[in-house]
Amino acid sequence: MMKKWIKKIVMVAGGLFVGFANGFFGGGGGMLCVPLLDKALSEQTKVAHATAMLIILPISIASAITYVASGYFDLKLTLIVGGGVIVGGIVGAMLLKKLNSGVVAIIFAVLMVAAGVKLALL
Amino acid sequence: MIVVYILVGIAGGIIGGMGMGGGTLLIPLLTIFCDVPQHIAQSINLIAFVPMSVVAIIIHAKNKLIKGEYFWWIALPATAVGVLASLVIRNVDGEALSKYFGFFLIALGVYQLVSAIIRIRKKSKNKKEKVK
Repeated sequence: MMKKWIKKIVMVAGGLFVGFANGFFGGGGGMLCVPLLDKALSEQTKVAHATAMLIILPISIASAITYVASGYFDLKLTLIVGGGVIVGGIVGAMLLKKLNSGVVAIIFAVLMVAAGVKLALL
Repeated sequence: MIVVYILVGIAGGIIGGMGMGGGTLLIPLLTIFCDVPQHIAQSINLIAFVPMSVVAIIIHAKNKLIKGEYFWWIALPATAVGVLASLVIRNVDGEALSKYFGFFLIALGVYQLVSAIIRIRKKSKNKKEKVK
């Protein structure tokens, strides 16, 4: 069992890291928060995924307000893409039970690296 | 073009709904295929995440999958730094931000790839042991 004060340091330090990434990159905090909860703090995977969403929500709201206040906002585009995201989110949640999520995770990871290489190096 | 925007949103939503970080896909899809400026793409993702996650959080809370203790110790410092980071990007131009985002994606992608492969190998090992 991890000592209490060590656990607190891990939580705060992890939180600072997750918060910085999510604010600076406008996303991706959840992908850092899940391993923080299940690997570093030994939570069950399901609990880690669910709790990560609760942790990212206030960061995203506060960051979104800051972005909009800075003028980084396109109402029409946000509504169109956001509508798609909501529809896709429902479909994704239903698919989760049917698809082999290991294969999907690998395809998605390869896509991420490819997009990353294109943006960073090309 | 509107159709492409909707499709990109749906693709990001599907990955997000599967709990694999839809934003990390939505943002590059918007910048690479739709020529949306990096800052705007990030803003869209932050805003689009809110309604989807509120619904998901309510469902998870009903299933008792959410641990509140982490909220104070992780979310509070995270939110404070998140706002600071959101202010920092005012001084970063779109091209540089896009580049940094690319490196962030590569790091996340490699991590995801390695952990997915480890998970699949573990699963097939368990299956073999059951057969024995």
